[in-house]
Amino acid sequence: MMRPLVAVLGGAALLLAPAFLLSGYHLFQLTTTAVYAVAVLGLGMVTTTGQISLGHGAFYAIGAYTAAILMGAFDWPYWATLPVAGVLCFGLGFAVGLPAVRLSGPYLALVTFALAVAVPQILRARALEAWTGGAQGLVLTAPDAPAWLAVSQDQFLYLISVGVAVLLFLVARNLRRGRLLRAMLAVRDHPMAAQAAGIDVARLKVHAFAVSAAFTGVAGGLAAIVVQFVAPDSFPVQLSIALFVGLVVGGAGSLPGAVVGALFLTFVPNLAEQVSKSAPGLVYGVLLVAALYAMPSGAAGLAARLLAQYRARKGG
Amino acid sequence: MWNRRTLLTSIAAATLLPTSRARAEEMPGITDKEIKIGNTNPHSGPASAYGMIANTEVAFFKMVNDRGGIGGRMITYISLDDGYSPPRTVEQTRRLVEQEGVAFMFQGLGTPPQTAVRQYLNAKKVPQLFVATGADKFGDPEHFPWTMGYNPSYRTESAIYGKYLLKQKPDAKIAVLYQNDDFGKDYLAGLRQGLGDAYAKMVIKEVSYETTDPTIDSQVITLQGSGADVLVTAATPKWAAQTIRKVADVGWKPLHFMSNVSISVGSVITPAGAEKAAGMISAAYGKDQTDPQWAHDPGMTEWRGFMKQYMPDADLTDQNIPYAYAAAGTLMQVLKQCGDNLSRANIMKQAASLTDLELPTLLPGIRINTSAANFHPIRSLQLQRWTGKAWELFGSVISA
Repeated sequence: MMRPLVAVLGGAALLLAPAFLLSGYHLFQLTTTAVYAVAVLGLGMVTTTGQISLGHGAFYAIGAYTAAILMGAFDWPYWATLPVAGVLCFGLGFAVGLPAVRLSGPYLALVTFALAVAVPQILRARALEAWTGGAQGLVLTAPDAPAWLAVSQDQFLYLISVGVAVLLFLVARNLRRGRLLRAMLAVRDHPMAAQAAGIDVARLKVHAFAVSAAFTGVAGGLAAIVVQFVAPDSFPVQLSIALFVGLVVGGAGSLPGAVVGALFLTFVPNLAEQVSKSAPGLVYGVLLVAALYAMPSGAAGLAARLLAQYRARKGG
Repeated sequence: MWNRRTLLTSIAAATLLPTSRARAEEMPGITDKEIKIGNTNPHSGPASAYGMIANTEVAFFKMVNDRGGIGGRMITYISLDDGYSPPRTVEQTRRLVEQEGVAFMFQGLGTPPQTAVRQYLNAKKVPQLFVATGADKFGDPEHFPWTMGYNPSYRTESAIYGKYLLKQKPDAKIAVLYQNDDFGKDYLAGLRQGLGDAYAKMVIKEVSYETTDPTIDSQVITLQGSGADVLVTAATPKWAAQTIRKVADVGWKPLHFMSNVSISVGSVITPAGAEKAAGMISAAYGKDQTDPQWAHDPGMTEWRGFMKQYMPDADLTDQNIPYAYAAAGTLMQVLKQCGDNLSRANIMKQAASLTDLELPTLLPGIRINTSAANFHPIRSLQLQRWTGKAWELFGSVISA
């Protein structure tokens, strides 16, 4: 009975330690990583049912603007904006998913891609400018830590982001347990057989898509709070692609893989820039290909393989 | 007991103490041998053409260092890529300030990216000098005393058109075509400022376009139908080229004012048709390096010498290069004025104390002036007309 407790305490210590060991900038990078991890986690739910979305940047943007508008125009406290971002994106994900999941494979990918292309333009639209601030975007003020908690703003933002991430990872873990996960995997592997087994394939897909959008929306809300600024330029099409890259590198559908993917998204562009200032894109591409070559099923796949080898050796 | 002696000693102490302490603690990014400066720029992504600005500055500071630096200190200029993405700008700016320990930020590029870090830099009291955009909001010393823009603002430019029209063509019927964003709206605001009370009477039609519109044909036809004889266009290059072409094609001959961001011969006028643009008016503050009138100009000769030695492979027609040369030259003046006190507060103070500074690549008569209340370094422009072959300056330098 001691082992799970030790694991939980150890995990908590590991997550809390950076807040007190790292400088502001490095902490900010980890905060960003936590935010990306939630977004990638969300995206992973779509792939669990065998679909591909290249448009989750759109939900990320909508979540971010939800937080920014509620905090800026309505003086909401930061924590109250995140559930709203989640619920709103759930609704939008449902609305988009309803017609879109009838499309399969590459077609859904393109529909969602269109969404990612459209959202930055919509955010610039004149009709919404009173709310969105147009191309100029919105500046918001990040929350300071409450007085009883003697930490700096950077530490506080890190703790919030990691706290939300842990919470959502637990939710995801519970969602992906037992019957529901089996149903989702069945839909992915053999939709027709799943249907025959009594699973409402379309409904499951729509729900998975909506929940996935909700997670990514919450991540967007967190991102707005952490960065303290939103603008259409913050959410280019490349963001959706980047999230997808994070998902694949981490290992599609794996919970720890989402963290690895997020680490990749945060640190590899910097690494690429350090290697070559003139062609960071090329270095990034090479690193990406190398990562995929070394880990064809993502970091999660590699870990599973190594673990299996270790066990086999130990057993033999 | 204040006698002369105690007074003198206390004055001496007051003047000596801060400088010796400033050296140790209050001059981040500065050592006896080095001045560390940070910058973010889109070196990658769709806006990466602007990366040339930072590259020019890197080369410029290399030239300064080769000549002995500033007061014996060498300049280390670190320009990081933000891909024009505001969250990335925040990350890179924090890296520069917190990890690299730069003294200040210089020529960060783009309105949204620089807006994203303005609050952070002001809270940290790190100078955000000579931001590379024309957005008016970067000259707001009351709210953001650590931020100063550089380019003449769009508002300044169109106010100058308004002033000119009011004086030269008071019975003009003006149509305005503008891009529906901050850039376009700053432009409208400037025109309103320049025309004053006459705006309501003189401007008879305002039409906007979105950057998502496939063409601006219908806008041009609407504007022509209004019966205007003056057209003021606030458009980015692609739309500017379309507008010039369409106006000529429908046989409309208004007096056409074109926003300064879209007057490049290579990317606007040639694609639109050099003849079709004949008679068009715009404003300038920099010397066009392709213009033969500057062939023997001492300033441009100096610039060409720099290009030969430090940027031999660069495109000599790229207008970003002389622009960056001017901005870097402006910074040199600020650092010279700082002398040995390179504290952030003094750097900001000196940046706000520029007087009648003229630069080799800016037009004669364009003088940079700043003060505690004026954080818009370039406030004047000169009008120029496209002859069909080249831009020809006319009139004198006008201040908004």
